[in-house]
Parts: sequence; C-alpha cells; structure tokens
Amino acid sequence: MTKLYINGIEVEIEQGASLLEAAQQLGIEIPTLCFHPGLSAYGACRLCVVELGDGRLVSACTYPAQEGLRVRTHSPRVRRARRMLIELLLSICPSSKRLQDLAAEHQVERVRFAVRDERCILCGLCVRMCAEQMMAHAIGFVNRGYRRRITTPFDLRSDACRRCGGCLYICPVCEVRCQGVGAPSAVCGSCTPPAPTCPPVYEDLACYMGATGECGTCVRGPRTPDSHSPTVAGRREKV
Amino acid sequence: MQEIEAIIERYGAQRRHVISILQDIQARFHYLPKDALMEVAARVRIPLIDLYSIATFYNCFSLLPRGEHVIKVCLGTACHLKGGTRLVEALERELGVREGELTPDGRFSFETVRCVGACALAPLVLIDERYYPKMTQRKLTQVLARLRRARQAAEAVP
Repeated sequence: MTKLYINGIEVEIEQGASLLEAAQQLGIEIPTLCFHPGLSAYGACRLCVVELGDGRLVSACTYPAQEGLRVRTHSPRVRRARRMLIELLLSICPSSKRLQDLAAEHQVERVRFAVRDERCILCGLCVRMCAEQMMAHAIGFVNRGYRRRITTPFDLRSDACRRCGGCLYICPVCEVRCQGVGAPSAVCGSCTPPAPTCPPVYEDLACYMGATGECGTCVRGPRTPDSHSPTVAGRREKV
Repeated sequence: MQEIEAIIERYGAQRRHVISILQDIQARFHYLPKDALMEVAARVRIPLIDLYSIATFYNCFSLLPRGEHVIKVCLGTACHLKGGTRLVEALERELGVREGELTPDGRFSFETVRCVGACALAPLVLIDERYYPKMTQRKLTQVLARLRRARQAAEAVP
C-alpha cells in the first residue's frame, strides 16, 4: 500500500495505482476525457491535470501514486490549466456536446483561438477501444505533428474492421451537440436556461435528439445558417 | 516477395525489429510497397495499422516510390538565405519534375527538407545521404551529369 495526500487528505492505495484512482477513492472528482476504466491510460487530453507538491503539473491518469506524495487537484493553477485545455479542445471541436458540457462546468465562456471544426481531438479512445476491447487493431494514428490523424491502413476499408461501432460508441466528440439555431460558435451557451421554454410540446418533440428549434417555440429570430447572433431565448447576448 | 522474406529472416520475425526491417525494405525498393507492408504484418504478426503508423510517422519512410537517387535540398533558415530555393528551381528545370515527384525513368526524385544541421556549409544538398556543401546550380548540374554517366557506365560493362 502507498500512502499519499490529496488536497491534504491522507489516502492509502495499492501499489501501482494512478493518482486518478487515488482521488476517485476519496470521492474527489477530476474531469477526464481520454480516460476510460476499461482501457489503458493514455494521458492525451491532459484534462485530469493535477499539481504535485513540487509544483509540477502532471496528468493524474498516468502518474503512479507514490509514497508521501502531495497532490492538489483543484488549485487555482490546475483550474486555470484545465480551462485553457478546454478552450483549446473546443477550438478544434466546437460541435462536441461533451466538450460544451465541460466548458459550461468549468466556466469557460469564450474561446480565444481560431475555431476549426476538425471533429477529432486525437484522444485515442477509439484506437484503444479497437485494439484492447475489440481486439481488432483496425484503426490507428498515422502521420505526425499537425498532420496526425486516425484512420485505417492506406485509408481503405480494413479487413480487420468488423464494423462493431465501438469506436463511435466511445468517441467523446463525434456525438452531435444540440443543434441550437445558427452555426455552431465556439462556446455554445444555448442551454443556459436548463428548463425548456416550450413545456407543452417538449416531451413529444424530444428536441435534444434532433434539431432544436424546429417547432419554433424557443426561437426568437429567423434561422440563419451562418449567423453568430444568438437567437435562442435566454442565450447570452453577444456584445 | 522472397526478398521481403530474406529481409525479415535477417532480423527475426519479432516486433522489436520492425523498424530495421522497414528500413531495409526502404533501402531495397526506395519506398515501402503496400504488399511488402502486408507481408511484414503477416509474418511478424503485428497489426497492419501499427506498421502503417510507423511508416507514416518517420520521414525516412516513403509510401510513394522514390527515385534511385534521392536528392534533398535543405531549406532551413541559413540555406534559404543562401539561395536554397534557387537550387530547387534549378532542379525542377534540370529534371523536369516538381518537388516530391519522381522522374519518369525512376532515376531521381527530390524533396526539400528543413535544417540538416550543417548551416556553415549552406546551401546544402544531400544526394543519397551524402552532403554536398556550398552548392551552386553549376555544381548541381555537374553532379547530376556524373550520376547519369555512372549509371551508363555500369550498364555498359556487363
């Protein structure tokens, strides 16, 4: 057993466990994105960043618990780092609901980077899912640096792929976020009022699955394909 | 395919040797043919995607055919200032192909690279990993002519 201190609380955990597991044992919630309990830890998204006693920022999912280690999971520095990470992730994947939810949770209210909709954050979840759970090894990372992407060998349909859909199931960013109205901006903000503005028809339409605003109840202005002006009721007005 | 087999035999069909194996295939064919990758994957028993990842990760591997002689023109900062781009233009004229392409006879292909770490010798051209320092268009033409002659001589002997 290894004894360490997380946010000043003593915790004992078996040898070889990660900081993330130690924190989870205490019930301390550390946000994760590329981590999945059924897959190997990868440390790609850095969202589980924590601060060590010596001031280093490390990813909790890959850092092994060590005797006497002091860890801070929600220090101002860590939170700032997390907000920056979310901002960066959002700038490449503004259409992800998972990321939008994370942004809302962490009070990320703007994205200062050029938004490009790449629909992949290279977290590698699908690659690990395919290899470790499905034993297929059909997809993987190719190229490197800014050209890095995930695909099958030679970009052709792979013989190894059984079309199980595990990659789609686990992908945190290919789920479609609520459509709102207008083109996706970097930070959604459409769901600021959690209560629907259309109680009479809400249950029937279940518009969180499809195109929100279809019935027109929650829409104030006309629907424009590339307008950045918010038109959903309750959405923060842009200055 | 027998050649691929021989190359694998040389190192042993183990995962830890695949980069060496791929390097030898690259040296033999000047690129990594798709069939060769599939053969290696089957024999070494590693997923094809892992090989493809390696082959696309390292710049020393090419999935497209490269020439018998690979010419690399350095366009790092120093070489750029010393006229590396003019060497690229000269090569394009001389070989009749654009950067990254292969001459129709399969003899030459050229590409541009970033700093090769010998800035004092700028502008640099690497031909088959040999450094040609302080390159000029004239010297380049001479070297190409010599390479062409060497081939003709080699063909004439047997």
